[in-house]
Amino acid sequence: MDLSEINPVLLIASLMVAATPLLLAAIGELVVEKAGVLNLGVEGMMIIGAICGFAITVETGSTFVGFLAAALGGAVLSLLFVLLTQVALANQVASGLALTLFGLGLSALMGQSYVGVKPPDTPELNIPGLSDLPVVGPILFSHDLVLYFGIALIAAVWAVLKFTRVGLILRAVGENHDAAHALGYKVIRIRVLAIMFGGACAGLGGAYISLVRVPQWTEGMTAGIGWIALALVVFASWKPWRVLLGAYLFGGITVLQLNLQAAGVAIPVEYLAMSPYIITILVLVILSADKSSAPASLGRIFHASH
Amino acid sequence: MTTPLLSLQGLTKAYPGVVANDTVSFDIGAGEVHALLGENGAGKSTLVKMIYGLVKPDSGTMLLRGQPYAPPEPRAARADGIAMVFQHFSLFDALDVAENVALGMENPPAMGDLASRIRDVSETYGLPLDPYRRVGDLSAGERQRVEIIRCLLQDPKLLIMDEPTSVLTPQEVDILFQTLQKLSSEGTSILYISHKLEEIRTLCDHATILRLGKNVGECIPAETSAREMAELMVGETLQTPERAGRDFGAVALDISGLSVPSPSEFGTALKNLHLTVRKGEVLGIGGVAGNGQDELLGVLSGEISTDAEAVKLAGEPIGREGPTARRRMGLLTAPEERLGHAAAPDMSLTENALLTGSVREKLEKRGFLKWAETQGFAEKIIKAFDVRTPGPDNAARSLSGGNLQKFVIGREVLQNPDVLVVNQPTWGVDAAAAAAIRQAILDLAAGGAAVVCISQDLDELMEISDSFAALNEGRLSAPRPTTELSVDEIGLMMGGAHGIEVAHV
Repeated sequence: MDLSEINPVLLIASLMVAATPLLLAAIGELVVEKAGVLNLGVEGMMIIGAICGFAITVETGSTFVGFLAAALGGAVLSLLFVLLTQVALANQVASGLALTLFGLGLSALMGQSYVGVKPPDTPELNIPGLSDLPVVGPILFSHDLVLYFGIALIAAVWAVLKFTRVGLILRAVGENHDAAHALGYKVIRIRVLAIMFGGACAGLGGAYISLVRVPQWTEGMTAGIGWIALALVVFASWKPWRVLLGAYLFGGITVLQLNLQAAGVAIPVEYLAMSPYIITILVLVILSADKSSAPASLGRIFHASH
Repeated sequence: MTTPLLSLQGLTKAYPGVVANDTVSFDIGAGEVHALLGENGAGKSTLVKMIYGLVKPDSGTMLLRGQPYAPPEPRAARADGIAMVFQHFSLFDALDVAENVALGMENPPAMGDLASRIRDVSETYGLPLDPYRRVGDLSAGERQRVEIIRCLLQDPKLLIMDEPTSVLTPQEVDILFQTLQKLSSEGTSILYISHKLEEIRTLCDHATILRLGKNVGECIPAETSAREMAELMVGETLQTPERAGRDFGAVALDISGLSVPSPSEFGTALKNLHLTVRKGEVLGIGGVAGNGQDELLGVLSGEISTDAEAVKLAGEPIGREGPTARRRMGLLTAPEERLGHAAAPDMSLTENALLTGSVREKLEKRGFLKWAETQGFAEKIIKAFDVRTPGPDNAARSLSGGNLQKFVIGREVLQNPDVLVVNQPTWGVDAAAAAAIRQAILDLAAGGAAVVCISQDLDELMEISDSFAALNEGRLSAPRPTTELSVDEIGLMMGGAHGIEVAHV
């Protein structure tokens, strides 16, 4: 066992990469749930994003176009959820589970000819001077743009929810859709837009796995990150910065336990492998012991009866 | 005559199976306080929803200051100076006061400015409010202030108020009326919806009465007696419940030194509560909603368990018994919330009859249900209490509020309870049905049962109860004989005006 093989700088740099898919999916779902909709189809939208992003990047050679296609793919799949829950007023839990199963199956079909293909590299930031700095350079200035976009998105969602009228209306719809309707707000329209935003974010998160983190295509490669994202939103008490914290914690322990495995620590691999899930949830459960609670209309079907 | 502010001409709106409004016409003048009277289901709500742009009329026109007016949505109505205070508050519990106000405005100023404007307006009209408090933590009276201030900030020309006083103490009602009179003297018209006739007589200049969607008459409330207006509303002569003089028997229900925390986040804990009810006595418990009524009902029904000795039924400690055990011992309860608490909305009346009646009416045997007897029991309730429904197979949800309430109360009354506890027995029920329910409660007491009636309708409590106590912030005042009490004393027992002061501009 040789713990000195673990390089803390590389560890931090790679935990940011490991956390980004989770972060993107969770911030999208946070917006959806703030609008009062529970979409359990995050896993399905992520894997569709993963294959759309992968296939388009391979075909066009441009990761930018690939990520765009991933966001589009996730949003299009979320429209199926919209159709079921906002138009046909179906149960959100069942519709979300169906969406995940459908996404997993459809992605396997779409990805058949891409197994074993290697995608083009995603360009990374390289600012002469800054990126070459010791410690700070690899951690802050040498990642791909999507990673920075994810952090910016957390800040943007936080600011929009807290300071803008759009954010206030979104929270109002999630809190009491009947009252929002009585005041003349378009509950369904706002929810549809929120769901599509959530779909696009999940798609981006999925593509980040298949294009940056792994990077290759295998069936079911999201491996439960969508479910972790759902849990993360709840345990983060629907607060954007706690989503960031939780995602980095999860990413950090994932990377650390891989490093520990490589260093040959005398803990059974199974315990190490389960540690990210357990520790993340434990920490967030402790954090979520404050007053904040779920949006009051979460998961309830809205029907303008009069 | 000058042009009225708002003129309704032949408004008609039909829903499948029911005409909610049938060629309704009337005018509201500038600065006038106009009452809209009618029973539940008379079409008052539909009518104001058309004025506020939530519902489109099938035919008929509206003129605002002589110009055609057809708001496609509420924001258009608000832009034309029409504001509405809703019957069921349209507030968001998790948001603060300023955010709630901003949501009801077209072009809200920045949050900081809005907060200072809320403070200004609330002081001008004597309705103090802290803009940064969370609405979920406010009392019902304070929540209504949020709604009113939200409307006032938009400088409305017409303010629609849908049953605004049902949640207020008498002192709070006085202050609300002073605010409304001040508004009307400043030229704001008010459309005031209520079925409390005395209020309308003190406040309103003019009244329009709706029955079954039709305008059946207009009157000057100050010159018309409450009874005449009530009979116009109902379309028949009203029966006043009769109470025979009776002697009280032994103590049937006894609560002593009871303190319990509330099970819900925004609830009120009960603090050191004492009460006794004798056989044949009706104890009325008044108080503004949210002062511990739901918790008291929970303690009596067995949904909240307490120290065994804290609650005694005929001397037996029952604090730890659940609802079924209490039913077997003769303590029955009918909670306030009809859909979801007193009745399961999507189950049939027969199934709902079984849910509380199975123990005392012996509707099950070794775990198997006796459907024929249950249906018979449901039919008995429907017949005895004149519940208007095609039959016991209909879902509870399909009944109107008043009919379902008659069913829910009748279900308990017909099980011959020793002690009956009811919460808001006539909430949202029309006058005729309310009279029938009150009569049933009085008859039950005359037969020797003890009754606890929790209600916010003071007229009702004065009418049926022998003694009166008030709940205020989880504390119960000492019960006093009803005949000795004046309205002012009752108001003080209910906790006065909760910090409101009179408008001072």
